[in-house]
Amino acid sequence: MSAIEILGLEKTYMVGFWRKRPKSALRPLHLTIEEGEIFGFLGPNGAGKTTTLKMLMGLVFPTAGTARILGREWTDPEVKAQIGFLPEQPYFYDYLTAHELLDYYGQISGVPGKDRKRRVEEMLQRVGLTEVKGMQLRKFSKGMLQRVGIAQAILHNPKLVFFDEPMSGLDPLGRREVRDLIEQLKQEGRTVFFSTHILSDAEALCDRVAIIHKGELRGVGAVADLTSTVQGKVEVIWQGRQIPASMKVLGAECHVTGDTVRAILPENQQDTAIDALRRERIRLIAITPLRTSLEAYFVEKLQHSQTTVGKRS
Amino acid sequence: MTAAQRTTVIASACLAISTLACILLLRHIDEIRPQATVDDALFVNSPKMIRRTSLGFDGMMACIYWTRTVQYFGERHFNRELTYNELAPLLEITTTLDPQLFPAYQFGASFLAPAPPNGAGEPDRAIELMKYGIQHNPNNWQLYYNLGFIYYTELKDYKKASEVFEQGVEVPGANPLLKVLAAKMAGHAGDRATARLLWSDTYETNHDSYVRQNAVEHLRAIQVDEDVTNLQSAVTRFGERTGRLPASMSELAAAEHLPRIAVDPDGRPYKLTPEGRIEVQNPDDFNFLTKGMPPGYKPPALPKFHDHTR
Amino acid sequence: MSPRMLYIAFNTFREAVRDRVLYNLIAFALLLSGAAIFVGQISIHIERLVVVNLGLTAVSLFGIVIAIFIGIGLVSKEIEKRTLYTVLSRPVRRWEFIVGKFLGLAGTLIVNTFFMAIGVFGALLYVAHKFSAPDALILVALYFIILEFLIICSLALLFSSFSSPLLSAVFAFSLFVIGSFADDLRGFAALTHGATRWLATAAAYLVPNFSALNVISAVAHQQPLRSQLILQNTLYALFYTAMVLSAAVLIFERRNLK
Repeated sequence: MSAIEILGLEKTYMVGFWRKRPKSALRPLHLTIEEGEIFGFLGPNGAGKTTTLKMLMGLVFPTAGTARILGREWTDPEVKAQIGFLPEQPYFYDYLTAHELLDYYGQISGVPGKDRKRRVEEMLQRVGLTEVKGMQLRKFSKGMLQRVGIAQAILHNPKLVFFDEPMSGLDPLGRREVRDLIEQLKQEGRTVFFSTHILSDAEALCDRVAIIHKGELRGVGAVADLTSTVQGKVEVIWQGRQIPASMKVLGAECHVTGDTVRAILPENQQDTAIDALRRERIRLIAITPLRTSLEAYFVEKLQHSQTTVGKRS
Repeated sequence: MTAAQRTTVIASACLAISTLACILLLRHIDEIRPQATVDDALFVNSPKMIRRTSLGFDGMMACIYWTRTVQYFGERHFNRELTYNELAPLLEITTTLDPQLFPAYQFGASFLAPAPPNGAGEPDRAIELMKYGIQHNPNNWQLYYNLGFIYYTELKDYKKASEVFEQGVEVPGANPLLKVLAAKMAGHAGDRATARLLWSDTYETNHDSYVRQNAVEHLRAIQVDEDVTNLQSAVTRFGERTGRLPASMSELAAAEHLPRIAVDPDGRPYKLTPEGRIEVQNPDDFNFLTKGMPPGYKPPALPKFHDHTR
Repeated sequence: MSPRMLYIAFNTFREAVRDRVLYNLIAFALLLSGAAIFVGQISIHIERLVVVNLGLTAVSLFGIVIAIFIGIGLVSKEIEKRTLYTVLSRPVRRWEFIVGKFLGLAGTLIVNTFFMAIGVFGALLYVAHKFSAPDALILVALYFIILEFLIICSLALLFSSFSSPLLSAVFAFSLFVIGSFADDLRGFAALTHGATRWLATAAAYLVPNFSALNVISAVAHQQPLRSQLILQNTLYALFYTAMVLSAAVLIFERRNLK
């Protein structure tokens, strides 16, 4: 069973003073997310990511199309007991404490009394908020709020979790924590669907990604496939500032930074380069196969759509 | 049916049923509290209090109270009620809130002073109301007219009526009628022609349908009065000439050269009793009758009201 | 019937209680009740009248203000602040949310009225030195005031479900004022003709009938109240609230939350 099957979900808003002009926020979207994978939903701001998420949550009603979540119709209220949602830049009832908030959410999610107490404590511990659990949320920092958000999303043990821009506004430490958490969720057998415009995060975490731009799906696939080494280049890093003459012969591009040199040369020249360095008794630091970055793939897809759009208009 | 559709159906049904229930309950509640809007007029110790609590919206409150007054009176009138206890407080509140609300004074003159069931039977309060009106509207001659009217019709104080009409004459723009009335009051106060003048003028110059109707009823009574007086004298003359009573109206008409069979304002012929009295056929159809009634006749407790203004 | 609605109600109540604005308003209302004592002392022989009139009016007016103040934010604030997203993504139905919010607000007002009533009775005891049988009527007046609150809460919630807080406040307050003259409005409608009559009558019957629920003057003058009226008013308030909440549910079920 797929975790999520999006079958032609579409959203058109009527804008203008008389609400007569149609504005398409999402063209008919067809997408399947498998159970147990971390799926990244990528796109620039305003691409339709949040609209899609909101439709799946039942917060916004689609103009057309349906979806199935965990095998059920997405409008089935029972589905919601199995999913968790963290909206972008969340805001919670600031007059409540973290403990009260999680308890309240537990109540509405139908977590029974005894379980709830235990679960809330567990969650607070997991996201590192046990010390401040009695503090009113109005005093929380952004990072702390994000942690509360994650806690409430997984409190009721959902099989499927939706995050909308989970890393936004966090400092590097916070981002690392969230990334680790998402990894953990996958280890626990949950499916994670998250939207972001930060590609490095997606590259590091996701099994598969979809790229969306101006309401249209531009590309879907496993990260590994999308970023496979098509270029066939390697990156060699060595210590010192010396560049052996043979390197230049091999057609390497070299950059000197501080006390290291970084060179990019064709894959088949890899062994020759290593020999050259050994001969010169230069200390090798690293050899890494260069992959097409997700960023490049992303940009290419967007540009493609620009030209397509250009042709169309 | 999906959960959402089910909710829509249930909520719509709930909406429809509750709306219906509300409307039905409202009608019930209105029946339980028939005079709710005027009841609080009785609780007001002083109209000035209402003005203070109006927070400056006196004009609007005056309109609301005026509407209540008219409705109150009309409803009781329609139901042939005998008392109008709240009429005076309502008019007092209305005029305290807006001393320039002229229809209120007209109404008071016509319906506060006369005795029940034609009015509230409070001529003193009516006079106070007119005086209050005059105090706040010194350039309104009609208020003098109204005041004199009350002295004339209800209190039969022709001297005071004449004085008031004289005062009214002083007001710039006053209707010359006032001077005439002043003179008439001083002279043949109780005569029919003056009364007719007064009521015709009331009818002409008023827009309020109740007031006009009232005036018409008075005029009809005056007409009957005149007819009966004339016919009665004809009977007397006949008797003096022939030494007996006429056998029928036609005999009387022929003998006294009356133009035709006399009919009352409703078109029914007057009748001649064996005792030689002239009477109207249906005394119940007329209010304010002074002549032409059978002996021992008592006007019905609940007078009939017809609309003769059309 | 799941307990979700009650959880939402309790949370709404908790929110109101922690809102400092509520306390300011209650304090002011109690102050007014206390002031009634002084005003009563100035007007001889009608101290009781003044205390009952002023006290009950304070309870009524402040309650309406609180109901509107909190009620208008019940839904629109949640949408604006996006606190609603994490609630509705849970197995709670939209209609449960609306009804739960209503129950929470109504509960807040009832508790609030209870405390303010103590103030009024306290002031009354002070000026009259004892309670007499007609004072039981004050309880009826308070009961009717609570019925008024139910209606106003539902109206504030209705407007909040589709309109901005400011507009909601304006609409709700206007309906309160117009509803106080509902009797006159119906009477006025009866005097009109033709198309105006249909429109005026429809409007007159849809406006909340606060004039029947406002018995403050009567109670202050110790006028008896018909038990029939108590029953009818109760039913009316319940049905009216049901009507308004149904409308709110229908609107909210369809709302796209941007």
